[in-house]
Amino acid sequence: MDKIEKKKKMLSGDMLGAALRESFVKLDPRIMMRNPVMFVVEIGFLVTLLLCFVPDAFGGSVPRWFNIVTTLILLLTLLFANFAEALAEGRGKAQANSLKKTKQDISANKISSGGAIKTVPASELRKGDFVVVESGELIPGDGEVVEGLASVDESAITGESAPVIKEAGGDFSSVTGGTKVVSDRIKVRISADPGESFLDRMISLVEGAKRQKTPNEIALNTVLVSLTLIFLIVVVTLPFFSGFLGIQLEIPILIALLVCLIPTTIGGLLSAIGIAGMDRVTQFNVLAMSGKAVEASGDINTIILDKTGTITFGNRMASEFVPVQSVKEEETAYWAAISSLKDETPEGRSVLELMKKNGLPYDEKIGEGGTFIEFQAETRMSGIDLVDGRHVRKGSVDAVKQWVRSQGGTIPADLDDRGAVIATAGGTPLAVAVDSRIYGLIHLKDTVKPGMRERFEQMRRMGIKTIMCTGDNPLTAATIAREAGVDDFIAESKPEDKIAVIRREQAEGKLVAMTGDGTNDAPALAQADVGIAMNSGTVAAKEAANMVDLDSDPSKIIEVVAIGKQLLMTRGALTTFSIANDVAKYFAIIPAMFMVAIPQMQALNIMRLDSPLSAILSALIFNAIIIPLLIPLAMKGVAYKPMSTSRLLGKNLLIYGFGGLVAPFIGIKLIDLAVQALI
Amino acid sequence: MTVISILAIAVTLLIMIALAKPVGLYLAAAFDYAPNRINRIFSPIERILYKISGVREESQSWKMYALSLIGSNAIMIFIVYLVLRFQGMLPLNPAGIANMEPTLAFNTAISFMANTDLQHYSGESGVSYLSQISVLVFAMFVSPATGLALVMAFIRGLTGKAAGNFFVDLIRALTRVLLPVAFVSALLFVFMGVPQTFEPAATATTIEGTQQEIARGPIASFLAIKELGNNGGGFLGVNSAHPFENPNGLSNLLQILLMLLVTTSLPFAYGKMAGSIKQGRVLFVSMLMMLIVMTSISLTAEHVGNPALNALGIQHDQGSMEGKEVRFGEAQSAFYSVITTAAETGAVNTMHDTLTPIGGMVPLVNMMLNTVFGGMGVGFVNVLMYAIIAVFLSGLMVGRTPEFLGRKIEGKEMKLIAVTLLVQPFLILVPTAIALATNPDTISNPGFHGLTQALYEFTSSAANNGSGFEGLGDATPFWNISTGIVMFLGRYVSMVTLLAVAGSLAAKKPIPQSSGTFRTDTAMFGAVFVGVVLIVGALTFFPAVVLGPIAEQLTL
Repeated sequence: MDKIEKKKKMLSGDMLGAALRESFVKLDPRIMMRNPVMFVVEIGFLVTLLLCFVPDAFGGSVPRWFNIVTTLILLLTLLFANFAEALAEGRGKAQANSLKKTKQDISANKISSGGAIKTVPASELRKGDFVVVESGELIPGDGEVVEGLASVDESAITGESAPVIKEAGGDFSSVTGGTKVVSDRIKVRISADPGESFLDRMISLVEGAKRQKTPNEIALNTVLVSLTLIFLIVVVTLPFFSGFLGIQLEIPILIALLVCLIPTTIGGLLSAIGIAGMDRVTQFNVLAMSGKAVEASGDINTIILDKTGTITFGNRMASEFVPVQSVKEEETAYWAAISSLKDETPEGRSVLELMKKNGLPYDEKIGEGGTFIEFQAETRMSGIDLVDGRHVRKGSVDAVKQWVRSQGGTIPADLDDRGAVIATAGGTPLAVAVDSRIYGLIHLKDTVKPGMRERFEQMRRMGIKTIMCTGDNPLTAATIAREAGVDDFIAESKPEDKIAVIRREQAEGKLVAMTGDGTNDAPALAQADVGIAMNSGTVAAKEAANMVDLDSDPSKIIEVVAIGKQLLMTRGALTTFSIANDVAKYFAIIPAMFMVAIPQMQALNIMRLDSPLSAILSALIFNAIIIPLLIPLAMKGVAYKPMSTSRLLGKNLLIYGFGGLVAPFIGIKLIDLAVQALI
Repeated sequence: MTVISILAIAVTLLIMIALAKPVGLYLAAAFDYAPNRINRIFSPIERILYKISGVREESQSWKMYALSLIGSNAIMIFIVYLVLRFQGMLPLNPAGIANMEPTLAFNTAISFMANTDLQHYSGESGVSYLSQISVLVFAMFVSPATGLALVMAFIRGLTGKAAGNFFVDLIRALTRVLLPVAFVSALLFVFMGVPQTFEPAATATTIEGTQQEIARGPIASFLAIKELGNNGGGFLGVNSAHPFENPNGLSNLLQILLMLLVTTSLPFAYGKMAGSIKQGRVLFVSMLMMLIVMTSISLTAEHVGNPALNALGIQHDQGSMEGKEVRFGEAQSAFYSVITTAAETGAVNTMHDTLTPIGGMVPLVNMMLNTVFGGMGVGFVNVLMYAIIAVFLSGLMVGRTPEFLGRKIEGKEMKLIAVTLLVQPFLILVPTAIALATNPDTISNPGFHGLTQALYEFTSSAANNGSGFEGLGDATPFWNISTGIVMFLGRYVSMVTLLAVAGSLAAKKPIPQSSGTFRTDTAMFGAVFVGVVLIVGALTFFPAVVLGPIAEQLTL
């Protein structure tokens, strides 16, 4: 399914309806109690509700309509907060439902101990069982291919419709339950008991069933509870203060003040922000095993990246033609192209691409009818035998030299030197020869993926150090590192080296992220603070990691870091906004409370609100509607572009701090104008 | 207001600024456990003291440090209580002053050990010379020493060092800071005309021929530690408004400088200990800005005076002079009221009750915020707590788990800080509400001013300031017991919780700075810090202040 289409479907009418229903279910005080800020609002709601029926329960004299309106606004405040949470949860649920569908009623061809094949329901399979899966069947459970090779459609999990090859042994042996074999036949050893499979875990994750509060969420929640208690003290003591002055304060007005002051905006949106943050990662086709991992990714100091496949394309491409002795460059290029005419390897194709790019001419017709000589490990050359009898070859310098010598040719004196220059620059030289004459060298280079340099530059601005791991020799590694702009590299690296680097960085107090797919990456993935395993990788790697990238794109780690940061920023921004709002609310409510008894309080009514009651209602209404207004922000997260921390802070302080200070003054005034017309 | 009087204030602030950094560096070195020159000078004397008192120079755990602090303070409170209760039978009591009544002794003992010095007695008639010079002066040395030990341990925690040893810190605070400075400044006070004698009150015959008792005593020594230690308890009832306790402009200047000496230098000591003076300078400048703003508001309010009186055509060129000493004038009186509440000293040279409503609001707000430098040690610990909250919010806004000096601020620290944050509003607002509801007859003024009197009393107690708004019939069991409890909790609850924060942070592995780290040594952080202090403070106390001084001003 197309991703945009998928997203559209996620915000369907059904989902809004379900979220609306959930908003009422969540009014249950037992559920509400988990969110202390909103629980205080609920208690306030119950008290004003009582006052609607028994207006003089506390000896007050506020008009009954005011009690009713206050009750309704409080109810709306609660519903808005619940709706935000339900909406965030709903997206996950919709996804979980579609996953559940894939899980239904799969039957398995189990191989019993005697070797006979028996058809059993997938739910009866246990770890260690063997099954056979034929073309067109669903794989009944997570496992490892022990025999055969098949192409598997994993779209149920990854959304990617192109089938992938799975074969016994090596790094592409793991299969996931619920995916479909589209060709051939494989024998699989089941590696998970029912309920523990990848699909099960994925369902419970996106459903948010086992969602635990993350450390940062707990810390922030503590601050919010503390603020709530402070305001509770303020509001509870206030009638005693006014009592000394002979001013009677009404219960519903005190409740209105309390609800306006406690941080309901962030309190109501906090869990939605957390769920939506996880969800954004999921939308991105990365499965985070916990919210903690997403949060931690925002704190990453160091990222360890594999060179091949992540930073570079992984195959060597022709970048230059180097002539030798008296040969002209065009000649070198010409014969290099001829030698590659029928060469389907990436190297071969890259030679022709380079010709086109540089606008160098060559005659394709020469090759017609010629015999293509494929690359072989023994000869280490490939090429073409032309119809006119000439033999054109390209290959490793040593091999070509030997081949030319065997035909009695001479070796150009500068060949070795020029080859060394290419090797020093991190490239691989390929010699080009026609019969007994060497025409020069092709400079093969591992090419850095476009845009990587900019990405690493961004990361440096985010304060993240990048380390490249490669099996190449130090010279080649240094060249690629310089070209890509990574901060550091490890050449000739072995899997143990990655762990050593992670440990070294962690010992300095840094948080390290890495991607990996092979079984030998598993220990490093487990050691890293954020380990992202490729879905194409082995079961061991996926088990060890705390995130799985369903698209198997290692460079995605960068976006995951951004999402983690965005999650924290959204919390911080809305908290600041929520607290800054209080200033305006004070200026609305406090003068209103005392204006009747102390007419001079009008001086503090800087918004010039119409009447005490309209001022209080306006503040309360603003407090309620700001929640749904901010739901999109909570879901999408605060916009984040990598920039220096001080600029980022300055920007967010201006928008959410200063904005939070000013916005309610305007909002409350506007609402007051409307309310004034109504009452 | 004359140019000279503004100039005098500017010069005072400049001297304060000039002293802050060198004194801060001295403090950092004086409390350093590594060998240095200061240690070589003082260690031989201190070793003798350690030997006598059985102190072993070993670092304590955070729990042990807190326990030593609370335990030793509790014992000392009890000793002070006993002496006050039986002073009538003890020697050095030429005036024959009686034993102190139990609730007043309870209040006074806590008051002096909690660095508050709220005095519900009058020095001339309530305490004997023995009480004054032994237990009260003793407490006036030990309580600031405790505060200094606390701040040093707290900073050590933030910078990842071991807590140190409470008793070593306490003794160092006495031998290396309080005793030498107090000794020198006491001599200076004597030189300026402050009495220092064991003779009983002098009897003089006035021009009209009547006999008058003129109280005197060992005032200079008392005065020195009163100001230096941010204690504020007066030897005489009217405190530094009395000519014997503050004879002239020079003694007034010295008093202001002594009040500010340690508390303004602590940011620099902290910067030094954190390995970057800039870290401390940012906080110093932020607080200085707040102090300047507060001073300006106070000076303006006092200069403009009471609009109702002005409307009557009363000459007010000198500003509002009600309750002020002519030898100080409006500017020095208003300035003193700002400094004494900023540094949580509580000494007064003017009666705060008679300040204009806004002029009276400034000291009140200073104490409510308790972060405009604040009292000896505890003030700066409070400042660092607000810095941590500022880091928490701004750290989130740049998308990282907040960290302070490289240490992550997580759930545990925030829980402890959340509790600490609750203490101040609870201790100020709840008892004030109770007092207003149950004891309105002890409040001498009706209406807004009366409300401010009660509010001021508890704010002063909770912030361990000790100045009074006066006009309160506060020598009753209700006020003695309630303010006693508030002073005790206001002092010791946050000490324990914040030491726990320090302990928890010290145990964390520091994260190296990178360009992604939120920096705490920039002007922007200073602005965020001030913003957090003002917003949290304003949100908490706005309604109370509106019903007190602001309503009073509006209805004049």
